[in-house]
Amino acid sequence: MRRTLSILLSNPLSVIGLLLVGTVVFSAIFADFIAPFPSHRGAVVDFSNFNQPPHWPNIFGTDLVGRDLFSRILYAYRISLMLGVVVLAIAVPIGVTVGLAAGYLGGWVDFVLMRLTDVFLSIPPLVLAMSVMGVLEPTLTNGMLAVTTMWWPWYARLAYNVTRSESQEGYVLAAEIIGASRLHIMFREILPNCVPSIVTKMTLDLGFVILIASSLSFLGLGVQAPTPDLGSMVAEGGNYLPDSWWLTVFPSLAILIAVFGFNLLGDALRQVLGADQ
Amino acid sequence: MSDPILSLRDLKLGFKTYEGLVEVLHGISLRIGRGEKVALVGESGSGKSVTARIILGLLQELKSARISGEIHFDGADLEKLSRRERQSLRGTRMSMIFQDPTSSLNPVFPIHVQFHEVLRRMDRNLTQRQGMQRAISLLTDVSIPEPERVLQAYAFQLSGGMNQRVMIAMALANEPSLLIADEPGTALDVTVQAQTLHLMRDLVVRKGTSVLFISHNLGVVREFADRVYVIYKGRIVEHGPTDTLFSKPLHPYTKALMAAVPRITGGGIPDIAENSEAFLDPMIDHEVEVPA
Repeated sequence: MRRTLSILLSNPLSVIGLLLVGTVVFSAIFADFIAPFPSHRGAVVDFSNFNQPPHWPNIFGTDLVGRDLFSRILYAYRISLMLGVVVLAIAVPIGVTVGLAAGYLGGWVDFVLMRLTDVFLSIPPLVLAMSVMGVLEPTLTNGMLAVTTMWWPWYARLAYNVTRSESQEGYVLAAEIIGASRLHIMFREILPNCVPSIVTKMTLDLGFVILIASSLSFLGLGVQAPTPDLGSMVAEGGNYLPDSWWLTVFPSLAILIAVFGFNLLGDALRQVLGADQ
Repeated sequence: MSDPILSLRDLKLGFKTYEGLVEVLHGISLRIGRGEKVALVGESGSGKSVTARIILGLLQELKSARISGEIHFDGADLEKLSRRERQSLRGTRMSMIFQDPTSSLNPVFPIHVQFHEVLRRMDRNLTQRQGMQRAISLLTDVSIPEPERVLQAYAFQLSGGMNQRVMIAMALANEPSLLIADEPGTALDVTVQAQTLHLMRDLVVRKGTSVLFISHNLGVVREFADRVYVIYKGRIVEHGPTDTLFSKPLHPYTKALMAAVPRITGGGIPDIAENSEAFLDPMIDHEVEVPA
């Protein structure tokens, strides 16, 4: 643990990533305490103070119905992160199980599962998510479902590749020879050896899930008003460019910071976990 | 001779390929008595390791493998057992040691976790404490100093010789009746290999374990085995007690194999004639020729 930290801290980019992610997560969790106007997350109207450029106390300005943009961005982070975590919490177990089974058992299991994965991968991700959202009602839950549908195949493929190479290792043969069951070998022997690559990808992906979710709501297929969402905030503000620039610039920056932060952190983790091997 | 622990009769193995069936073993017969140490010697690709895998019941699960012949282990016909039953034999009544001990241990778990899994095969209710104690005494058997510390370590933190001892201790942990050693310690350097082999020999003699020792190293075989089978291209070409076979090799292939051992006294590396016709001569069985 100390070693991990010292490697992390020795690279300035990792430190920046850690700081950005820390800020995003912190502001999402403690939005209630940080946000100057917590009630503005919902349907609040304040026409005396609408569409104002950044000024005190609305440091990011106000939106078209007079809500504080800074507060809304903090709450939007909360929703984005929640969505990212839930999507990964569902997609990773499914994908990894599929990949492990296909990679270790081989034969027709491999064929069926990996071709199914290929089918999912062959559809452009945003189109797949859009069609799921189009058929279902655009709610937060369905948004998670849509993104999960397009996300698990990547984990299946990742786990499959690692499993294929780990299966050749001596300890797998040794486990077979002492009579370990297939389930034991898949989940207790091979899976722990896949963890570094999976964790790295998960960190990188948190950023991308936020990006995809924002894209969906940018297209009007994500979280619906009045719930704050970075994507829909950008879309809304886009109509008033360049005059009311703060409506788009600040939510966009918020997305950028989150995605950038998770990317840097993912890279850092790859270094740390890779060096441990 | 007593009722053998393992007997193979006319074992044939083929693999189905795109170009038809390729036969790899052309009828292997061998027998290992209880407590006996038997070596199977041959060059790379002669069929030593596949024989071991058939005995362990690992190739039976491969779709492309075609196996015929009789395999009796401790009186039971292995071919008649189900996949599950074969699986339950492995690690309890037969076990195996490999070439490269370090890669045979899972890099992400400390040794004691892996030991516990092996011991649990015999006793489902084994507690962590009991497992630790058993492991410590088993590691002491293979002369590991500070077994407590070794148990907490990961495989990559230990030397090759240490890992080999750990593997030997694990393989013998459940007191199997048959131990298959597939070129044990070939990945180690010679002195360490010699040390661990002596250790293994003493241990199996004490516990009365039967051993099938697979090797291409004639010096090691001579040290270790009671009887030797020489295998060439999927056939047993010569069989006999170790001393007889080494002092009076009769089959042309055995002679060539022994001549091929580089000597420390120099004289260059002898040339083994490739694919000599004489190597395919019928099998010579010393036990038949030299009545006891």
